[in-house]
Amino acid sequence: MSVFLFKRLLTFILTLFGASVIIFAAMEILPGDPALVILGVDASPEAVQALTEKLGLDRPVPERYFDWITGVLGGDFGISYSYKTPVSELIIDSLKITVPLAIMAMLLATAIAIVLGIYAAANHNRPADVGIMGISQLGISIPSFWLGILLVLLFAVNLRWFSAGGFPGWDRDFFGSFRALILPAVSLATVQAAILARITRSAVLDVFREDFVRTARAKGVSRRRALWGHVLRNALIPVITIMGLQFANLLAGTVVIESVFTLPGLGQLVLKAINNRDLIIVEGTVLLLAAMVVAVNFLVDILYALIDPRLKVSDI
Amino acid sequence: MSGPGGSFLARALRHRSFMLGGALTVGMLGMAAISLFWTPGEAISLNVAHRMRPPSLEYWLGTDKFGRDIFSMLMAGAQNSITVGVVAVSIGLVAGVILGAWASAKRGWIEEAVMRFSDFSFAFPAILSAIMLTAIIGPGGVTSILAIGIYNIPVFARLTRGVANAVWAREFVLAARAAGKGAVRITIEHVLPNILSIIIVQATISFAIAILAEAALSYLGLGTQPPQPSWGRMLSEAQALIFLAPMQAIYPGVTIALSVFGLNLLGDGLRDLLDPRLARKR
Repeated sequence: MSVFLFKRLLTFILTLFGASVIIFAAMEILPGDPALVILGVDASPEAVQALTEKLGLDRPVPERYFDWITGVLGGDFGISYSYKTPVSELIIDSLKITVPLAIMAMLLATAIAIVLGIYAAANHNRPADVGIMGISQLGISIPSFWLGILLVLLFAVNLRWFSAGGFPGWDRDFFGSFRALILPAVSLATVQAAILARITRSAVLDVFREDFVRTARAKGVSRRRALWGHVLRNALIPVITIMGLQFANLLAGTVVIESVFTLPGLGQLVLKAINNRDLIIVEGTVLLLAAMVVAVNFLVDILYALIDPRLKVSDI
Repeated sequence: MSGPGGSFLARALRHRSFMLGGALTVGMLGMAAISLFWTPGEAISLNVAHRMRPPSLEYWLGTDKFGRDIFSMLMAGAQNSITVGVVAVSIGLVAGVILGAWASAKRGWIEEAVMRFSDFSFAFPAILSAIMLTAIIGPGGVTSILAIGIYNIPVFARLTRGVANAVWAREFVLAARAAGKGAVRITIEHVLPNILSIIIVQATISFAIAILAEAALSYLGLGTQPPQPSWGRMLSEAQALIFLAPMQAIYPGVTIALSVFGLNLLGDGLRDLLDPRLARKR
């Protein structure tokens, strides 16, 4: 177990290191001089030279990578060119929207998926099962951002229950802020739930076929008690794994959904930064998003090993 | 290709979701193919005098704010989605299958390295790669293709390695090795033909995911640029007019959903038809 943990931890750190090198290198090969981009084409050569020195762009690449990564590890992502504020502050502000949104969507998706998946499995091959699977097949096919637009159309344009977008801010209007995240969370959760419901259903059905469940049933345990007593706990293992893998898609979906509802989260921050050529923000946010994905997958691996002790190191 | 219950074709014709998925996919491909030489109206050039027209015999689904015919744009948008999807999935498939087959043939540290590379690539969902690529080479169809293609490499590498390992453990491969065949020859003659059906199914599903990803990227403005029509950008343009012309936000979404739905059904159907053992397990 400790060997397994150590190996996963090492992979986790190496992956993060690799991601940071790739992101830094990608920004390095950008065409154009960043100092010129910041100052504009009309800037005098002296001003460009001065800014190049101030930003340290004339120093060797490895040295600058080292400075950047040590800064990031200490929470210093540098100063944004366009906002003139520390990137870390911008990131923290946008995380106040992206993180609650992702968590709300994940909780909602899990609740819907587990209920529907179990219900479908318990009614295997009956109309309820076929119906749920049909709907989930459709749910997988709908782009979450289009669902967001449809929800705006229904609840903002026609019914006027919600606003079409925007975010009042947690300090100013807590309840209003929560409300502003409901439609985006529902759009994200629906697609995730469609995927997870299918996984839950097939996991439950798989466990139902296992010998120990057959034994329990042969000993007179009812189908319902077998489901709650034996099947669910074991069926959750693959469900949790897929949830972890889906987290990357959920974060990617969050970037798009924030655009639909004009929520000033991490996605909006990075998209605006691309338009402003504010690369230091792009660098920091992309690294943070990648790190979040890697961290969640790492946690899932650990959780997986804790739940299923049969798992051997060689299987991973 | 005959199995229990008659020939492949006979089983395919009886398979409802395969037939529905196939019909939707053929419809999407047909729309794109026809749009290469004919569209009912103007999909690209602007005609402001005819802007925001309601649906009519002349404009089947009406016109947008620049006077372009919406139905024609949907047809031309299919071209765009299919091009991006096919090229991106091909990149992922070719690179991924080579990596996966290589890992499976060599095992040892090469397999370990390929698997770690796959783990690593999963840290970059297509949207993250697209964001970085947009910063480097600017937005456009190529950015979408590369981002979605890169995302697909580990998908195919993992799948290939997993199923190829199972083939390598079979007796006929042992016989081939005993006969002195090399790893490359065994891979080409024995391993690839045996995993082909699983790769085809994955390619269909990946194609569906690629269409969704392309739509998201062009919606965000990172993907296909004007004047080339794309479903995602049609949605972002329609969203700005949602109070004025709500139906314009419906058509492209329905088109995307039907295309993806069709490909998913086709993939499920192919899985049932090509590998009945898997179908029974599900």
